Amino acid sequence: MTTTETPDILPRILDYSNRADPYPLYAELRKTPVALQEDGSYVISTYRELSGILHDPHLSSDVRNLTHPMPAMEERATPSFINLDPPEHDRLRRLAMRHFGPPHTPGLVTGMEPDLTAIVAGLIDDFAGKQRIDIVDDFAYPFPVTVICHLLGVPREDEPRFHVWVNAIIDSIDFNPKTDPQEKLDNGVQATKDLRHYLGGLLEQRHGRPGDDLLTRLANDDGPDGRMTDAEIVSTANLLLIAGHETTVNLITNGMLTLLRRPDVLQRLRAEPDLVVRLVEELLRYEPPVHIIPWRAAYSDISVGDTVIPKGSKIMLMLASGSRDPERFHDPDRFDPDRRDNQHLGFGSGIHLCFGGPMARLETQIALTALVRRLADPTLVTDPPPYRPSPVLRGPIHLLVDQN
Amino acid sequence: MSTADTLQGFKRDGRVVIVGASLAGLRAAEALRDEGFTGKLTMIGDELGEPYDRPPLSKQVLTGWVPADGTTLPRRRDIDAEWLLGVPADGLDLANNHVRLADGRTVPFDRMLISTGVRARPWPVEAEAALDGVFVVRTREDAAGLQRAVAAGPSRVLIIGAGFTGSEIASVCRERDIPVTVAELAPSPLVGGLGAMIGEIAADMQRAHGVDLRCGVKVTQLEGDAQGRVRRAHFSDGSTVDADVVVVALGGIRNTEWLRDSGLAVGVWGVACDAGCRAFDLNGLVTDDIFVAGDVARSPNPMYEYRFISLEHWANAVEQAEIAAHNMVSTQANRWPHLSIPTFWSIQFGVNIKSVGVPTYADEVVVTQGSVADHRFVAAYGYQGRVTAAVSFNNAKWLDHYRQLIERAAPFPPPCPTPDQPLDAKPVPVDFPGPTLLAQGATVVVTGHDPGERRVTAMRQHR
Repeated sequence: MTTTETPDILPRILDYSNRADPYPLYAELRKTPVALQEDGSYVISTYRELSGILHDPHLSSDVRNLTHPMPAMEERATPSFINLDPPEHDRLRRLAMRHFGPPHTPGLVTGMEPDLTAIVAGLIDDFAGKQRIDIVDDFAYPFPVTVICHLLGVPREDEPRFHVWVNAIIDSIDFNPKTDPQEKLDNGVQATKDLRHYLGGLLEQRHGRPGDDLLTRLANDDGPDGRMTDAEIVSTANLLLIAGHETTVNLITNGMLTLLRRPDVLQRLRAEPDLVVRLVEELLRYEPPVHIIPWRAAYSDISVGDTVIPKGSKIMLMLASGSRDPERFHDPDRFDPDRRDNQHLGFGSGIHLCFGGPMARLETQIALTALVRRLADPTLVTDPPPYRPSPVLRGPIHLLVDQN
Repeated sequence: MSTADTLQGFKRDGRVVIVGASLAGLRAAEALRDEGFTGKLTMIGDELGEPYDRPPLSKQVLTGWVPADGTTLPRRRDIDAEWLLGVPADGLDLANNHVRLADGRTVPFDRMLISTGVRARPWPVEAEAALDGVFVVRTREDAAGLQRAVAAGPSRVLIIGAGFTGSEIASVCRERDIPVTVAELAPSPLVGGLGAMIGEIAADMQRAHGVDLRCGVKVTQLEGDAQGRVRRAHFSDGSTVDADVVVVALGGIRNTEWLRDSGLAVGVWGVACDAGCRAFDLNGLVTDDIFVAGDVARSPNPMYEYRFISLEHWANAVEQAEIAAHNMVSTQANRWPHLSIPTFWSIQFGVNIKSVGVPTYADEVVVTQGSVADHRFVAAYGYQGRVTAAVSFNNAKWLDHYRQLIERAAPFPPPCPTPDQPLDAKPVPVDFPGPTLLAQGATVVVTGHDPGERRVTAMRQHR
């Protein structure tokens, strides 16, 4: 393996004009599995190296371990567990998992199935009589937002308020000091404060009150690890609220786009609904909602192949590139819902493996099955569709479909 | 006829016999069919009933979450086999290529797989072993019986042997608030598999969960009442304990006796085979038609200096079965070696214990991540300055990293600091009780003799 500077590929990937199809650029990037950038950061793009480093305890998720900390991070209060290392990461994730999954809360996700099906059915009912639908605005966005609001205990009618903040936060994740105005960063920092303040307000009402939503349970339940502090609950809720819908909207939309581009697969899914399980796995490999983990830090010197990444370096993980690596996947640029050997990086890997993965899978399975079953002869209006700005959380901003 | 033609003919119309119809046997049968073997397939097993899974027997079955008969192994495909169940194999005639069954029948084969596994080591005093309330745990029936006895709310359960099975059973009993005594001859639980440092942690865990743990003692006698029910156990230190359920968890005995006169390299440690699962004969010659997989197999592992290693691990049984099946129907150039790094897991006292590598192949151990006090950590094992294994307590997601360190013989102790690392962690001697088998220079291992004996008997069989 060689480490060389690749001054142009990464900026081209981040450039909006390549958002619709970054995959050829990923292929170019993979020629240098560990690529040193001009600013001293490292970009990792091959499956073997990515899966290795995702399990490497010398890789830190805490940006405070960067030699040059991210500007956007300095203003943040208590980090959520996605940005923390063990033992704090483990403790907070365990405390949150207590209310979300096995062994203490088994069956929560599968128990949501009837509700999810009903929400999906309601949204599709509203398509009736409309010739043109926006899969994003009319379906793929409102569906997971409704679900995560219900799960967390956030009023659904507050969505217009937090939508603005979440957009500003997502925008600031992609912040590039060379090209972006400082204003974008400031907006993100302010939005983070506003969202925390809002969630803090909700939390205050929950103390000492019974209830089944996550906020209430986190506020009142004591397990073997004790209880989260209010600041920790707000950080966790903040993370789950954003990650709980900003990614699923892309997964569902990318899925529908992929199916519309492959009418044969769409027809097959209509005829064999059981195909959806493997189809969604393939989607997570082929068109994942999270393309990049933009900031990890070398806690100490990290050996990746024959490259040593020095302590304190910033490391960018190109997950979507790894999932298209021909060294790992046979014919990786082919969408193959029958693929069996499919250990993709769609949800990451290691201790930060996506917390909401089981829910995102179920949401997407239900959403795609219902869409192909009920949309009559759908056709794509523009291909490629317009994309959201982010190269990190990548997906169409609108997906217009005509039904007959 | 060319070798390839012969092989094609065998794949089409050959006869394969699999002796041992458990996990390895079933997976090998499925893999053979996957590989395109369309000939006659015969499965021989000493137990009645379909192959079942064993890990749940000391866990979910014992808690009552899963009924014992709910552990039938899932079938990945139809194997279209003749099943000869309930009769053990009794002998192997290599001159005539047939298996003898205990009822006198003979089953001819072109190629065979030995996957007869391990049985529970019984309590050595027969009359005491026969007392009501004395159990071993190996089969589905054993587990069902013990589950009923535990569900009946015994006043105390005595577990003899604090290896993985004994410790798991102790954990389940404590979960149900049943008083438990664990008796272990070694200085601490799990010490034979994981060494003294982890053993001490395991001892703390057991005591913290209210187990009456007695180490360094031997159970000298099990005493029954007039009705033939077990009531009391006597220890080598003169103490006694009253218990109405006794679990004998003293490990296993490899089922190799039926092969004693076969001419294969067979001993108490199993059946020796090469890295491709082909059995060796007594003189160290590799056979062409006899394959071995699972708990009963001993094969050389290049990661561990080609020492012959036998493993009683679930994943090992599956991997060897698939390799053996593949090699049975492949030409010389297309055979696969079994090179994977062993993995193992256990759940006890709320802790998920997982290992990669061979922890007994080590001279030092160091805690590399986490906190021993919190029972969440990773410990790396090293042999002469390289990483050879790792064990995690509630930290399994890191083990892929250690697997890579083992694969590339990374230096031990691992040099760079990580977040969540104990500041005072220093490598300590691994300290296994008794002679450390794997760390010695094994010389005469092919025939299954103890290398400590340093002897070999030349054998030539006239066939």
